[in-house]
Amino acid sequence: MVENVRELLKAHERLEHEVYLDNENSTIVPKEVVDAMLPYYDRRAYGNPTLTHKPGWEAFETIMESAQKTASFLGCSALEEINFAPGETEANNLALIGSTLSMKGKGKKIVISEVEPISILNVTDILQKNGFTIMKIPVDKEGFINLEKLGEVVDKETVLVSLSAVNHEIGTIEPIKEALEIVKDRNPETLFHTDASDAYGRIPLSIKELNVDLATVSSYKVLGPRGIGVLYVREGINVEKILEGQIGTQRLWPGVENTPLIVGFTKASELAFKHFEDNVGYMRELRDRLIDGITGRVSMVNLNGPRGEKRAPDNVNISFLKCEGEALTIELSLKGVYVSSGSACSRRLLQPSHVLVAIGRKFDEAHGSILMKVTRYHTEEDINYVLEVIPKAVERIRSIVGSTEVKL
Amino acid sequence: MSRAPLPYNPKVLELFRNPKNLGKMDDATVTAVAGNPLCGDMITFYLKINEQEVIERASFESYGCAANIATSSIVTEMVKGMTIEEAWKVSWKNVTEAVGGLPSVKFHCGILAVGALKRAIRKYYKERSVSPEWLQREQSFEEKQALEEEELAKVLSKKMKPEEKQC
Repeated sequence: MVENVRELLKAHERLEHEVYLDNENSTIVPKEVVDAMLPYYDRRAYGNPTLTHKPGWEAFETIMESAQKTASFLGCSALEEINFAPGETEANNLALIGSTLSMKGKGKKIVISEVEPISILNVTDILQKNGFTIMKIPVDKEGFINLEKLGEVVDKETVLVSLSAVNHEIGTIEPIKEALEIVKDRNPETLFHTDASDAYGRIPLSIKELNVDLATVSSYKVLGPRGIGVLYVREGINVEKILEGQIGTQRLWPGVENTPLIVGFTKASELAFKHFEDNVGYMRELRDRLIDGITGRVSMVNLNGPRGEKRAPDNVNISFLKCEGEALTIELSLKGVYVSSGSACSRRLLQPSHVLVAIGRKFDEAHGSILMKVTRYHTEEDINYVLEVIPKAVERIRSIVGSTEVKL
Repeated sequence: MSRAPLPYNPKVLELFRNPKNLGKMDDATVTAVAGNPLCGDMITFYLKINEQEVIERASFESYGCAANIATSSIVTEMVKGMTIEEAWKVSWKNVTEAVGGLPSVKFHCGILAVGALKRAIRKYYKERSVSPEWLQREQSFEEKQALEEEELAKVLSKKMKPEEKQC
């Protein structure tokens, strides 16, 4: 198997230009972030922050400073509300399982939407097996959650509502503030969690103002290192641990703190918020150049998700009809353009992206979808290259489809 | 999102980049389709069969992934010059071997390619109201699998229709 991959990599030799756009699934960590992390491996703060020696106290100081900075980026009041966890997946598991454990006896209903990330959807499967009822709020054609349904569904039995602030696949900026008001109006006891990983560093976000109980943020989604994230837990909200072990500075996550990753995440956040307006404006410009460029150059395409201000500034998700997505990702990769697809050509029974199905895309539209996320590090030249490569790649894959009738 | 690691081998990659016998055949003796765009894989198979029942030419078109394109391509190469009876004996395992192996989640692509071939052969005889002795009445493994995949895709798509959402 590895031998095959080596051959695949060989086929990528002599690329004239490479553009990495699969920032949904992993990101390039910028050099300035890596440089900020390196001293923490061997020069300072390499100790365990709970121990009584200089490297330990240095680690303690570093982690607390990082938590303080993260608290200010998130716009929340106290560093105690910041809980570092190994990533978005872990923070979401902690949020859902930990909060429902603490709500024992108060009800058995959990409300999410149909377009939540897998780390929310799959966790609710476990909760369902343990006696909870899971209600999934539908979304409209652009991915906006149905607030009316939310109001109908939340009741005295509802212990938790979890809705992403920005959709990870199609970039819909959800009306979280309105959703929260509806939920608290129906049941003030219901906990409200939001996975804000795709909102953080992209849209103005003040947790304090929003007043959610729990929020997840992921490091790699702001170009920090993988393996670190945060679960914000509002003061006074009780969440139980889901893993047992030696507790250190992080009351909800046992084990030795990974100081370099925490530093890298904090540095990445700093860079994202340093020139926030400029960064966001620039990403939006590149996003729209990609969207307009592709829809203008390629026939039979659909943009997934909304246009303009209600779309995350980095998100481009386009369905190419009569074009299979996995084949297209490989074709693009061979030209140095790295993207992912909502095609699920990986199981015998092939289910495409649940988000695209939820917004009413037909299966063949979902199979031909491509997801790209721009960053402030992309250049005009990168976008031009992508716009040059995509039409040719789509044309080639469509030539293989030929006259095969792709309709339902 | 597709997340299973897919370490395609060099042969699959080569056939994906340069598929053989690609395209519609206007003078095909018989044409058959297998798969369904719902499941992300669909193949059209064209065969030119002469009076001696030898497959003179075979071609394909595919709405599918790299494995689908590669296996379809190799089937057209394998059956060229075979008698129909010989072509009938081609199994998905032969095809998978011929492309140098596939990731297990992609076995169904090879099965679908052979399913399309066998459907074409069956259709050829049905159109001529002939039933050779070697042609089993019961559907072959690949035909059954293709049918099952198509049926499952339909069921799934009905299940996921917006009006049947949970709320």
